[in-house]
Amino acid sequence: MSQWEVVIGLETHAQLQTKSKIFSGSSIAFGAEPNLQANAVDIALPGVLPVLNREAVVCAIKFGLAIGASIAPRSVFARKNYFYPDLPKGYQISQFEIPVVQGGGLAIRVPQGDFLRGVGEQEKFVHLTRAHLEEDAGKSLHEDFHGRTGIDLNRAGTPLLEIVTEPDMRSSAEAVAYARALHALVQWIGICDGNMQEGSFRCDANVSVRPFGQKEFGTRREIKNLNSFRFMQQAIDYEVHWQINEIEEGRAIRQATVLFDPDTGETRAMRSKEDAHDYRYFPDPDLLPLEIDAAWIAEVKAGMPELPQAMQARFQADYGLSAYDAAIVTASRGMADYFVTAVAAAGTANAKTIANWIMGELAARLNRNDTSIEDSPIGATQLAGLVMRIADNTISNNIAKKVFEALWNGEGQSADEIIEKQGLKQITDTGAIDSIIAEVLAANPKSVEEYRAGKEKAFNALVGQAMKATKGKANPQQVNELLKKKLGG
Amino acid sequence: MSLTPEDVSRIALLSRIELSPAEREATREQLNGILGFIEQLQAVDTAGIEPMAHAVDVVQRLRPDVVTETDRRAEFQAVAPETEAGLYLVPKVIE
Repeated sequence: MSQWEVVIGLETHAQLQTKSKIFSGSSIAFGAEPNLQANAVDIALPGVLPVLNREAVVCAIKFGLAIGASIAPRSVFARKNYFYPDLPKGYQISQFEIPVVQGGGLAIRVPQGDFLRGVGEQEKFVHLTRAHLEEDAGKSLHEDFHGRTGIDLNRAGTPLLEIVTEPDMRSSAEAVAYARALHALVQWIGICDGNMQEGSFRCDANVSVRPFGQKEFGTRREIKNLNSFRFMQQAIDYEVHWQINEIEEGRAIRQATVLFDPDTGETRAMRSKEDAHDYRYFPDPDLLPLEIDAAWIAEVKAGMPELPQAMQARFQADYGLSAYDAAIVTASRGMADYFVTAVAAAGTANAKTIANWIMGELAARLNRNDTSIEDSPIGATQLAGLVMRIADNTISNNIAKKVFEALWNGEGQSADEIIEKQGLKQITDTGAIDSIIAEVLAANPKSVEEYRAGKEKAFNALVGQAMKATKGKANPQQVNELLKKKLGG
Repeated sequence: MSLTPEDVSRIALLSRIELSPAEREATREQLNGILGFIEQLQAVDTAGIEPMAHAVDVVQRLRPDVVTETDRRAEFQAVAPETEAGLYLVPKVIE
């Protein structure tokens, strides 16, 4: 298997977060009854004309800016002609020769080795070919309508950005890492809700293999409609295996479109290249060229959020986070918002501790309860309050975990309230600790004797007793020091 | 460039148009006539001229992102050949 190199390119359809369709004033809200959101333009009644939605163009500009692409000052809409009942015009309005977004790319982090144990990551840059605006088709329902197919055109005309990569990826892990990074980015810049179940973000993977060192690409097959990252990995792995096996058994790969069946874990050809579509693209005479001038781009740019990579660099420089930590806290917009809010509340000196709590305790809890950070029962300012009490020695790290637990369970509104109510304040008063130590020594003469005889272990036992007597509220370091002084004297 | 009868059949198939042999021949002659005009156009020297995507040299006007359409399904479906449960019904499509 090792003499084969895998080559993958991805095409992603991201549904844009507009209110209305790309060429009509119909709503694109998900879940409406069939055809209630399909008007004269969407169902292609004669004599209607498309009018381009400004916001869809803004989304494309945002994307272009976020990936460092060039944004075409003039781009053209084209008709992609094919017949299918869920495409009532007989063509899809798309962009062909001159797309709105050209070039650019995305830096991704690919897990290496045993990624379950987080062995390591490698950075890689995936180049994009283009991203273009187009309309979605309707939906065909093949369930039983007396041997007929039902057509719902609510989705027809929904604005899409089709994002196409160069064949840069060399493994399913890279493809998934790219898809995840893209998924996070489109949500980050607010152009797509990323909901894969509802089809707002769907990927097609072009997969081929070639012997290492060969310059030409092998014949590719396109896996359509991958709507989860897990399926993407499975489908590509299966496809690669299948292609290598075919070639090794002397059969040539024929270009084809395939579907992945999650039940069998296999890919299967949908239609072969022989009767492949000849789309006969041509510029749509109903639409004029789209012009985007520098002033418009500047206006969109001014309204964009700080991008994850810029944020990572800032967190490393200003807060002293490691590259890895900075990447984790900017993995999603929700995560970054949480971190930024918490740091604002607790002060930059506590940024590192906050990052640790988010990546440790909080992430583990959220994971276990399958909750997103947006829905976290512990808000960013609550976590900030907790971290501040650790920083000022009001509580130890161990007690902080208890407070975290209590906050999670809603036992109080703030760390301060819980510390007060449950009496968790660390005892730092030397006198108080002294008298507790005196009691512990009196009650454990045997340990004292053993320690004096040179047994270090006995000392730890005494510390443990003292901590127990204070219910963990004493500062362990202080107990250590005072105990040593007492025994030494 | 001149189209063969097979070319015309393929274009007809892509366009989902059925042609009788006589129609196919007539269509072939008409299409070849159109291609003749295009050959004349292609003979013009266009070096240094920016290609246009539209016959009118104006740019696309844009629409604000506002939902302006209301439900008119009943009206639209009144003229559809067959509907059920809000869906348009068509002959079975099998992929």
